[in-house]
Amino acid sequence: VLEQILIQTVNGLVNGMILALVASGLTLIFGIMDVVNFAHGDLVMLGAFVGATTIGVTGNFWAALMVAALVIAAFGAVLQVTALRPLLGRDPLTTILATFGISLVLQKYALWQWGPSARKIEEPISAQFSLFYLKYPWYRIATALLAAAIIGGLYAFLKYSKYGIWIRATTQDRVMAGAMGIPVPLVHTGVFAIGAAMAAASGVLFGPLAGVTQTLGSDFTLRAFIVVVVGGMGNLGGSILAAIFVSLLEAYAALAVSPAQAVIVSFVVLILTLLFRPTGLFVPTPK
Amino acid sequence: MSASRSSAAFWTGFAVVLAVLAIAPLVLPEFWRRFVTEILIWGLVAMSSDILIGYTGMVSFGHSAFFGLGMYGAAAALLAVKPPNLWLALAAGLAAAAGVAVFVAYFATRLRDIYFAITTLIFSQIFYVVIFTWTEVTGGENGLNFSQPPLSFLGLGSARFTPETLHWFVLAVVTVSYLLLRRVTQSPFGKVLQAIRENEPRTRAIGYNVERYKIVAVMLSGLFAGLAGVLYAIQNKFAAPDFVFFVVSGEVVIFNVMGGMGTLVGPVAGAAFFLLLREGLSRFFTEYYLIPVGLIFTAMVIFMPQGLLGFLKRRLN
Repeated sequence: VLEQILIQTVNGLVNGMILALVASGLTLIFGIMDVVNFAHGDLVMLGAFVGATTIGVTGNFWAALMVAALVIAAFGAVLQVTALRPLLGRDPLTTILATFGISLVLQKYALWQWGPSARKIEEPISAQFSLFYLKYPWYRIATALLAAAIIGGLYAFLKYSKYGIWIRATTQDRVMAGAMGIPVPLVHTGVFAIGAAMAAASGVLFGPLAGVTQTLGSDFTLRAFIVVVVGGMGNLGGSILAAIFVSLLEAYAALAVSPAQAVIVSFVVLILTLLFRPTGLFVPTPK
Repeated sequence: MSASRSSAAFWTGFAVVLAVLAIAPLVLPEFWRRFVTEILIWGLVAMSSDILIGYTGMVSFGHSAFFGLGMYGAAAALLAVKPPNLWLALAAGLAAAAGVAVFVAYFATRLRDIYFAITTLIFSQIFYVVIFTWTEVTGGENGLNFSQPPLSFLGLGSARFTPETLHWFVLAVVTVSYLLLRRVTQSPFGKVLQAIRENEPRTRAIGYNVERYKIVAVMLSGLFAGLAGVLYAIQNKFAAPDFVFFVVSGEVVIFNVMGGMGTLVGPVAGAAFFLLLREGLSRFFTEYYLIPVGLIFTAMVIFMPQGLLGFLKRRLN
């Protein structure tokens, strides 16, 4: 039993890191422009499909990861300029509505373009190591590390680079940042593109763990929403911790019940969070 | 003077629309007869969510839970009690929807704006997962099938539903619901809800218990959505988990945005517009009709935030 728990800990951490990659893009986009991106999970799904197609052409997983991230980043930039820029300054609720419409379009487009059957992405690393009684694929560990590296890179970018400082300044005060000469609309588009690229990367990384279907997106959207609310909306560190926390709990719950029912655990976490810490679990001082 | 004139205009319009809807099943072919009944049912859901979205300013992405539980409540009563009884189904459906509404209202009203939208979405997903996985009770993915109860009045005997009587029954329920909801929005209670929408801190400062008003608003809204769920269950003789899935909630929000929030009539028009659009487009685009519908919806959010009704109103003035 102890072995099972340890194995589920590893599983939970791996899933948690992928989810953290999705959620940090979502929370970054919310933090800077008050956009609740209902289509974020669908960007994950599109990224996974673009990755799967690229692998079909080039046969190289890492090339596919890069291509998917770049293609979806460009797509995200277009999406932001056409659909979200006109909504800037309006009620954040309108952004949920607009991105909900986009999400419907993207899901059906994926169904039309790639068909209903699941696509499988081959694992680029096929080596395994023995973890107690089972063979555990190194790829999963590599996924978690890579996700952590991307998030770490994002953090360093926000903290130290010039453009990162632009982004943080725009998050703090849009008007003031504009007055100081920061091209605010460009920063918004850039951040949306970064968030989209992170979503696409998690899609490609997640691809080998399960099949890629056009419904993959709404599952990720829901889980990312839970994580972002539990972690505190717009709080990057909180979202990452919450993603790992929720995924670990779900992994442990999967020992007792079916994975479909294990999702209920994260719902319960959400309800408890809303009851006792409505601003998020990992926010130091609730307002 | 002008108030009484606009009121006369309203009742004239109301009577005309009601008469048209009452005659509709007698002149329309079978397919469209069914279609109009369906518009009425979805119109009722749309109206119920308008109480939250349009009047209180709380966008609910959880109406599928209320609607679906209304369906399953009715299904439970129809399967458990022999012979099936229409009014028992109605009571059970409303009770189920009310139970869910209490639960959702208690937790979700602690949050505002987008947080409310996200939590209602997640709550509807909780019920979806429970219904989907609890196969022994809910039939899981396949849902529940049952036979249609006869239309009965206490002590007046009963008769089987024909498409016409079903339509009139639905029309009667929806009309009564509309009048009730309209009365609610014009009541002092409704005015407080609109005050919350306009300025929540000020409403609180005046001394209204905002949380309590919000909870009642969510419950009221959930109850009417559950009523629509019962009607839909009776019309279609099944309850399925698909109707609890959050995409249905999203469609209800689309009805509101397309028709015009905060008007009660607008969302019904929005439901009719959406269903017609779906019907028309799915002939060319088959299952991909959501691609053009989604594009139209997104464009309307950006360029026509008042919805069709608000747009027309502004054009006419």
